[in-house]
Amino acid sequence: MRADLEIIAQWIQPGSHVLDLGCGDGTLLDFLQQEKQATGFGLEINPDHITTCMARGVSVIEQNLDTQGLKNFDDQSFDVVLMTQALQAVRRPDRVLEEMLRLGREVIVTFPNFAHWRLRWYLMRRGRMPESKTLPYRWYNTPNIHLCTFKDFEALCHSRQFRIMDRSVVDGQHRNHWFSQLWPNMLGQIAIYRITRQEDIQ
Amino acid sequence: MPDSLPPDSVGIVTPETLHFDTPITLACGQTLTEYDLVVETYGTLNGDASNAVLICHALSGHHHAAGYHSLADRKPGWWDSCIGPGKPIDTNKFFVVCLNNLGGCNGSTGPSSIDPCTGQPFGPDFPVVTVKDWVHTQAALADRLGIACWAAVVGGSLGGMQALQWSLTYPDRLRHALIIASTPRLSAQNIAFNEVARRAITSDPDFHAGRYQDFGVVPRRGLMLARMVGHITYLSDASMGEKFGRELREQVYQFGYDAEFQVESYLRYQGERFSESFDANTYLLMTKALDYFDPAYEFDNDLARALQQARCQFLVLSFSTDWRFTPARSEELVKAMIAAKNRVSYAEIDSPWGHDAFLIPSPRYMQVFGAYMDRVAREVNK
Repeated sequence: MRADLEIIAQWIQPGSHVLDLGCGDGTLLDFLQQEKQATGFGLEINPDHITTCMARGVSVIEQNLDTQGLKNFDDQSFDVVLMTQALQAVRRPDRVLEEMLRLGREVIVTFPNFAHWRLRWYLMRRGRMPESKTLPYRWYNTPNIHLCTFKDFEALCHSRQFRIMDRSVVDGQHRNHWFSQLWPNMLGQIAIYRITRQEDIQ
Repeated sequence: MPDSLPPDSVGIVTPETLHFDTPITLACGQTLTEYDLVVETYGTLNGDASNAVLICHALSGHHHAAGYHSLADRKPGWWDSCIGPGKPIDTNKFFVVCLNNLGGCNGSTGPSSIDPCTGQPFGPDFPVVTVKDWVHTQAALADRLGIACWAAVVGGSLGGMQALQWSLTYPDRLRHALIIASTPRLSAQNIAFNEVARRAITSDPDFHAGRYQDFGVVPRRGLMLARMVGHITYLSDASMGEKFGRELREQVYQFGYDAEFQVESYLRYQGERFSESFDANTYLLMTKALDYFDPAYEFDNDLARALQQARCQFLVLSFSTDWRFTPARSEELVKAMIAAKNRVSYAEIDSPWGHDAFLIPSPRYMQVFGAYMDRVAREVNK
C-alpha cells in the first residue's frame, strides 16, 4: 500500500460512506472496502480504469467532474469525499472543494506541491516551467492546469473558512519522511490534507 | 447457414415448454389459471445452484437468446454476441436461463394461445401483463428450476426494466442486476412512439378488433408500419447515415412513390419480415407493458425510495447515441441508486449504433460487461 493511501486510510473511520473523485483503478476504495468496511463510489472517466474497478468489485461511476459536475449527489450524503492527485487538473479547484464539502462532512485531497525545492531550483536555474517525475509534462500539454503549493492551499482554505483537520506529506515515491514534515512547503512533494467546514468543528 | 458451429457458440440448443398450473393474478386484476413458458438454458447449474443467470428479453425478443436450433439456421439466437463460452455471459461459468415472457408469441402462453376456458384463441381478451407480472412468472420459473437466488438478472431495454423490477420485487433472490440501455420509466415521447405503432396495428382493416385469427388473416400492414417506426427509434441518425446515406436503388430519381432510397427498402423489408413472424396482439401487449412500467409510482414517484427495497448490486450501461433511452435516462436511474445507497457501477459506452448497440459486441461494451460478469462468477465459485 502506498504511503499516501495509508495516511488517508488512517483518517477514515470504519464503516464510512466514501466518495472518491477520480478513483483511478480503484486501489484505495478496494483497500477501504476490505480494511475499513467502507461503502461508496468512485468517479472515473478513464475507460480502462473503469473496467479494472468493475473487475475488482469497486462501485465506479463514469462521470466527468468538469462537464457534469456533482449535481447528482445529495448534500451531506457521504462521510468522506476524497480526491487524490486530481485537484490540480480540474477546471476550478475552489468550486470542486466547495462541492466536495457540500457532499461530505470531511474532505481529503492530495496534490503535488509546486513549491518543492527541486521545482524552485529548476525554475531558478533554467528559467523554464519545471518538469519532474511527479510532473512529467510540458507547460502546453499538462493536465495539471492549477498547480499550487502548501501555502496557496492553506490560504484558500483560510479565505473560504475551510478548517484544516490534518496535514501530511509524502515524496514522489509516496514515502513518508520525518524531515519533509518539518518544512513541507520546501521539502514535501505531495501534500495530503483533511479539511472540513469551519462550523462543523465543535 | 454455418457448416460448423463457431467455437464460442453454445451450440445446438432445444427449447423446452414448462407448464405452470398455480393460478396467477395479474396487476390488471385478471387471473390466469394456468400458463406455459417456453425456456432455453445454456451451461450447467452448479451444485448449490448459485451460478444461474436470468436473461430477460426486450420488446420483440424471445427465449432463443444464444446458439442454433439446427445447422440449417441462418442466424444464432438474438444475444449470441454476449452469451457463450468465453463471452461476457460465459456459459463455462454460468447456467443461463432465457424464456419467452407471458403474453409472447414464441411458445409461451399469449394472445394467440387457446384459452382453456373457451377453446378459442385468447386474442384481444388476453389480459394486459406488466413487467412486475413477468417477474412473478420468472420467479415461478426459478422455483421450478431449483434456483433460490440468481447470480445475476440481465436485460437490455425492456429486459433491463425486468432486471430492475426483480431487484425491487424479489430483493433477496438476486445478487446482481445488469440494466442495459434501459430507463426507469418511459417518457412522453417514448409512449408517443408506442401509440403510433399501436394505432398502425389497430387501424389495419385486417385487425378485426384483435379477432383476426377468427378471420384467418393477419394485420400485416399495421404490424409492418409498427415495426418500421419502431426500427427507426432503435438506430441512430449516424448509423443510418453510414449504412444507407441517401443511396438510391436505381441511379436516378424515379419521381414516384415506390421505395427509391435504400433506407426505404430496408425499412420495408424489416417490417415485412417482422409482420410474418410476430403476433399483433402480443405487440400491443408488449408496448403497453413498456408504457406502464414505473417502479417509482408506488413510492410517491420517488425512485430512490423505491430502490431502497433493493439488496443486489447494479451495473447500469448506456450508449452514447441511444436516443430511445438516452444516457440521461440511465443517469437518472443511477442518481436514484446513489441516493438509495445501492451499490452501483455505471458506464456510458461510446457507440454509433443507437439503441440497438446493446445487441452489438463493440470492444468497450464487451470489456465492461465481461469484467463485471467475471467478478460475478468469482463470487459464485467461492
